[in-house]
Amino acid sequence: MEFTLLGIGILTWITFLPVVGMVAVLLLPKNSKDAIRWTSLGVTILQVVLAVVIYSRFDRSLAGINSVAGMQFVEQGTWIDIPSVAWFGRVHIEYFLGIDGLSVVMVLLTALVSFIATISSWKIDRSEKGYFALLLLLNTGMMGVFVSLDFFLFYVFWEVMLLPMYFLIGVWGGPRREYAAIKFFLYTLFGSVLMLLAMIALYFSTNVYIDGAGVIHSIAEGTKSGLAGLEKIHTFNLLAMMDPGNMVPGSLLAGWETSWRYIAYVGLFIGFAIKVPLFPFHTWLPDAHVEAPTPISVILAGVLLKMGTYGMLRISFPVFPDAMLHFSWELALLGVISMVYGALVAMAQTDFKKLIAYSSISHMGVVILGMASMNTQGMTGAVLQMFNHGTITAMLFLIVGVIYDRAHTRGVNEFGGLMNKMPRYSAVMVIAFFAALGLPGLSGFISEAFSLLGAFQTFRTLTIIAAVTIVLTAGYMLWVLQRVFLGTLPEKWAGLTDMDGRETFMLVTLAVIVIFLGIYPAPVLDLMNASMNSLAGIMQHAGTTGMMGMQ
Amino acid sequence: MTDRLLHDLALMVPETVLTVTIIVALVADIIFRRSRAIVPAIVMIGLTVAGIIVLGQPHESFAIFSGMLAVDPFASFFKVLILLSAILVVVFSLGFNELNANGRKVGEYYVLIAALTLGMMLMAGANNMLMMYLAIELSSISSYALSGYTREAEDASEASLKYVIYGALSSGLMLYGISMIYGLTGHFTFSEISSALPPVLEQGSTASLALMFAGLLIVAGLGYKISAVPFHFWAPDVYEGAPITITAFLSVASKAGGFALMIRFLSVSFLDSSVVTLGAGSWAVLPGFDWRSVVVALSVLTMTVGNLVAIWQNNLKRLLAYSSIAHAGYMMMGLVVLTNEGISAIMLYFVIYLFMNFGAFYIVMLIANKIGSEDIEDYRGLGSRAPFLMVALAIFLVSLTGLPPTAGFIGKLYLFVALLNSGWVWLAVVGALNSVIALYYYIRVLRNVFLRGTEQAAAPLQLGRLEGVVVVLLLVPTVLLGLYFSPLAALAQASTKMLGMP
Repeated sequence: MEFTLLGIGILTWITFLPVVGMVAVLLLPKNSKDAIRWTSLGVTILQVVLAVVIYSRFDRSLAGINSVAGMQFVEQGTWIDIPSVAWFGRVHIEYFLGIDGLSVVMVLLTALVSFIATISSWKIDRSEKGYFALLLLLNTGMMGVFVSLDFFLFYVFWEVMLLPMYFLIGVWGGPRREYAAIKFFLYTLFGSVLMLLAMIALYFSTNVYIDGAGVIHSIAEGTKSGLAGLEKIHTFNLLAMMDPGNMVPGSLLAGWETSWRYIAYVGLFIGFAIKVPLFPFHTWLPDAHVEAPTPISVILAGVLLKMGTYGMLRISFPVFPDAMLHFSWELALLGVISMVYGALVAMAQTDFKKLIAYSSISHMGVVILGMASMNTQGMTGAVLQMFNHGTITAMLFLIVGVIYDRAHTRGVNEFGGLMNKMPRYSAVMVIAFFAALGLPGLSGFISEAFSLLGAFQTFRTLTIIAAVTIVLTAGYMLWVLQRVFLGTLPEKWAGLTDMDGRETFMLVTLAVIVIFLGIYPAPVLDLMNASMNSLAGIMQHAGTTGMMGMQ
Repeated sequence: MTDRLLHDLALMVPETVLTVTIIVALVADIIFRRSRAIVPAIVMIGLTVAGIIVLGQPHESFAIFSGMLAVDPFASFFKVLILLSAILVVVFSLGFNELNANGRKVGEYYVLIAALTLGMMLMAGANNMLMMYLAIELSSISSYALSGYTREAEDASEASLKYVIYGALSSGLMLYGISMIYGLTGHFTFSEISSALPPVLEQGSTASLALMFAGLLIVAGLGYKISAVPFHFWAPDVYEGAPITITAFLSVASKAGGFALMIRFLSVSFLDSSVVTLGAGSWAVLPGFDWRSVVVALSVLTMTVGNLVAIWQNNLKRLLAYSSIAHAGYMMMGLVVLTNEGISAIMLYFVIYLFMNFGAFYIVMLIANKIGSEDIEDYRGLGSRAPFLMVALAIFLVSLTGLPPTAGFIGKLYLFVALLNSGWVWLAVVGALNSVIALYYYIRVLRNVFLRGTEQAAAPLQLGRLEGVVVVLLLVPTVLLGLYFSPLAALAQASTKMLGMP
């Protein structure tokens, strides 16, 4: 599947359009605020259009994961090529983009959430130029992570997000924004330097053949073709790293179930787990969420958190299946702890936003538990949960934003009786809350059910404990609804107005998706079925046959 | 004999050009006392011509003047770096208020810069212990004078005095080490020391103990030059007190010279001559003494202390001084590996470091010109007063932290690659965690610039066109080399060829 515009692949377009938009925004005069806003919105609308094109042209039967042939909209070319010297091999880094059933879901989610977040940013009234420029740069970083199939490129995009995020929280955030922003930055950087080292170790442990035209061939392919005109090089190509046949014998990460592989896996894992955030790496999240402005919370919860789980599925699972299987119980345990702990802490919160932040930790625990199960059901549930959590949490943060914009407080206990005062607001809030607590008929139910069903086959006890969370979640969610909507309206909120058109548009768009996918999840499930089967197959194959069987 | 001399002189042309420049500039300074522009112009021309000649030198290795100096791609690489820094420093100095205030005579200043440059170029090529000592002295004495040049700035004279005292001590130690090695081996030239070592070592443990001691003394002297912990005590005071142009110069070019010399000294004179290709065994020349551990310890100490102390600094110049100590520590990780890979990683790092560090110092200087302060607290709200300058500063600091897509990331990447490829995983982890610490203090500056004090509307700072051009010239490579580094990496790899190394 290929699709190009003006000779440039669609994935390049969708990734780098925001950079073009950023340059445009920077060139606009500081005072033309509306031009700046509309430029940013235009870019995200174009991204949504491109995402729709990708959705409609996506071949549902191709699996991807570890085969180049199964990847779609592939763009592969040479980025960096440094000729070999006597003591150091040739350095060849690819510009390698492509998507499969796993990443296409994330690309759609990113386009959608960026679009909503841009609309939600309309009320930003300070240094608009800087704000929208950074927002667009962040957008490129997010999209890039999901479409990169070269580890080096992936890492660059991963890091590109950090600085915009720091400033978006730090400049436009709440009272403790400085603390929250630096905490976010330090935590993520700590994780990503470990990822960097794991990446370099993987680079030296993987080799492939490259031919005269700069095309990569795996060791097996190269050997079959007789090695004519082929040169052996190390590579950052993720797909090449997934093939154990490409390991360099005697290198650091060669072999199967070795301690170095476990160490590299843990390094990578910490990098991703901080982003998820998985207990005990989660403490940056409540701070970041509470201080971030609404649109940034939406992006943070809607897209950024998914990068951690996406990274695990995209890199940790297929590259380190042995370590993954070895640590799968620990991973599931951390997932369950996050679920229960997040729910319990959320229950104790009176700050609306903090409550949602902890509920995010709890819901991302479901994703981890689902993927740790290593079967198709669990992993499908996990990826679907990533998408659903992205939409539902985006709604929840927008809802907090709506009330905060009016009342300038987020204390759950300070409200009451809003049902009659703000009927439209109440309607979407009820949908979002019921979706978050997993009510059948709304999207959250299906993904949680899949994740838990899958997990139950692998980890009985843990899943039973995890199921308790559903009750806890229902508990705190309903309690919030009760405190905010029922009872009598306090005097001071008599002047509150219902949502305006802009807010209604954002929330209703998301609500429609949430309801639709709750009744008929097939459009998203179809996208990823083949890929999830393939990924589960890889894991099971690795589990049953080990190193010998893989070769 | 004459042929030989002429041949050697032909390879000495860049240094000769600089020497002539110094003399002409001195004379011109006496003749044209009124003109402030003529001496810098002469020095600038001299530096540029020397740079062009170095670039045009043959890509081969020569030992000239009976092995006193080496002319090889390795030395040329560092000479170009040093000359480029010198040119930048002259450009910076022309627009530096503290220097040009009150009709101060600035002729000697530029002459001293040329002399300092000459000394550092000789360091890059020194292949003999006497030459090493002389080159270090030439550069040290010029830098003592330069660091106290704006002497009515109260900390400048303190800085200068401290520098002299530490410098004298370390060069004394070094001289002692040199004399011991000479006594044991009977040679001054690096490569001859290497071949004379085995018979010395056969004499027994006393000789090898003395050799070890002498080696340590010399490393201490060189460590002083690159401000490695624990020989760094002079650096923060000198860096803070000296005119900022000189601070920038010392933190880049002086380190380049020091590193070039240290790499050559360690890899050639202590090279195990039985090892044909430079590999893992090349350090194992002294039984019972592990050179590598010394360098590892110095490297870990240097980066960690540099970074941890930088956190507490409130003066941006001093903060950058500590950060440059930390960067010396990063680069010493490449010295630990001491394979071609490690050396080319250091060289690559230096090029990138030159742009990002000069960029940061230049902006600090421009801001000092405007608001008269280098205090981080006074940077509050500058984000809205000088948006372009501050965004540039942000990019330089991010690059110093080592985040993609800036060039600083590529520098770190190559160092980590060299380390991991030779099995130094734990050292790589220490280095990586250090860049997390570094983020904290670099971001502290950006926090004040962008996150604080933006509420009060203060007058925007006007930026001269020429100043803007200089910033852009430093900014472009800092970003571009992060996105496309093939030419630079290829150049660094090609320039590792060193005289006396297989």
